[in-house]
Amino acid sequence: MFLAGSIKSFGSYLILMRRVLSRPQRWSVFFRQTLHEIYQLGINSIPIVLLISFFIGAVICIQMKLNVESPWMPKFVVGYATREILLLEFSSSIMCLILSGKVGSNITSEIGTMRVTQQIDALEIMGVNSANFLILPKITALMSMIPILVIFSIATGIAGAFAIGEFTGIITAEDLTTGLQHEFKQWYIWCSIIKSFAFAFIITSVASYYGYRVTGGSVEVGQASTNAVVSCSVLILFSDIILTQLLMQ
Amino acid sequence: MIEVLSVSKQFNGQEVLKEITATFRNGEVSLIIGQSGAGKTVLLKCIVGLFTPEKGKILYDGRDISSMDKKEIRHLRQEIGMLFQNSALFDSMSVLENVMFPLDMFSSMTYNERRKRAMFCLDRVGLSEAQYKNPDELSGGMQKRVAIARAIALEPKYLFCDEPNSGLDPQTSLKIDELIHGITTEFGITTIVNTHDMNSVMGIGDHVLYLANGNLAWEGNKDNILNSDNELLNNFLFSSDLVKKVKEMSLK
Repeated sequence: MFLAGSIKSFGSYLILMRRVLSRPQRWSVFFRQTLHEIYQLGINSIPIVLLISFFIGAVICIQMKLNVESPWMPKFVVGYATREILLLEFSSSIMCLILSGKVGSNITSEIGTMRVTQQIDALEIMGVNSANFLILPKITALMSMIPILVIFSIATGIAGAFAIGEFTGIITAEDLTTGLQHEFKQWYIWCSIIKSFAFAFIITSVASYYGYRVTGGSVEVGQASTNAVVSCSVLILFSDIILTQLLMQ
Repeated sequence: MIEVLSVSKQFNGQEVLKEITATFRNGEVSLIIGQSGAGKTVLLKCIVGLFTPEKGKILYDGRDISSMDKKEIRHLRQEIGMLFQNSALFDSMSVLENVMFPLDMFSSMTYNERRKRAMFCLDRVGLSEAQYKNPDELSGGMQKRVAIARAIALEPKYLFCDEPNSGLDPQTSLKIDELIHGITTEFGITTIVNTHDMNSVMGIGDHVLYLANGNLAWEGNKDNILNSDNELLNNFLFSSDLVKKVKEMSLK
């Protein structure tokens, strides 16, 4: 029963994506909508990304100092481990999990409300491909903003590590810098960005799917938002395993 | 002109529309009336193309909507204006942007021409001063008027109104009715209005269809509706004391 329901939902999702990923009816309107969504989904997410990344960077640094450092380990290992965690997992996967809560629920409730207040019907009756008009700019906007958010997150996480080292004295700036630069692989930044592209697509498309299919009223819109966040989170974690395996081999 | 020919529609095996046949002429306001659940909204959605009927045909000036491909349907919809029960204005846009939206999507006009056309439509509904407001800053009646302005922006051939007076006071309802009737006759539009409002029937009912249990139970106009001998229609019409008294007075 659950399997049949999942297959049916996946089929509906693919049908919706076929409508979404078509040529926009009017490019000027599409670009205008995309700019609006870049502001709504991308620029508006910068403060939360900076805030969380700063504190998580600081906490990772403290944890590494407390749990990893030993007389057998060089001092720079704290900086090295902090960098690897930020680059490989936090700034792509965990940040996108956080964004799925903020951006995903926002998208589902916006599109869901448009559905229950007949705004989507109004678009369809005008002859507008509502799926393409509403969803494609969101996907384009978040996918174009996500590399910036990832870079901001990495930079702010590292700044958090430096800040905690400076304020508490648990690690010197020199040791941290040595660790951050030790065996640095540029490919890890690309891995982070590639993964975040996939996660951005999952967040926007899955959240839009849940919003687009809402029937009923405000209660159903709320339920759809919750379901969208849960589904996005599960799909991000699942695709993280696959992508990490593919990219890190 | 819109022709509905023997249209039937089912949901879960239950027939909601039964062999409905009607003709809606240009420059005339046609009202579909009936009790809740009689099939009015389903008929309107079948005509607009949001529902596909199991049987029958719907012809827009001789063009069968069921034999059109997606591109043709999309093109036809640009000839349609629709006023929804709750206005369905886009709340992320201002009043002016709402009215300009169909022009942005489908016209080849310059920005200034689109703006001029949108302002003309807003002026036609008496709301040019509200152009920079957001829909949530307007009253229900004003929202309906903006929705009418948006519906006529592309100079539609067909206008559909689903319960245009629901939630409005009698005076505002009258204004909306006058606006719909004025636009219909001025631009020669084929207008179909789905309503419960007997004031609308008596005010602008050039052509009235009464649906009961999915059947077309009566067809006429505002002049002969009160004198009908159709029992189902009379039960529907004279359920209100006010209308009963109006009939008694007219008989006296």
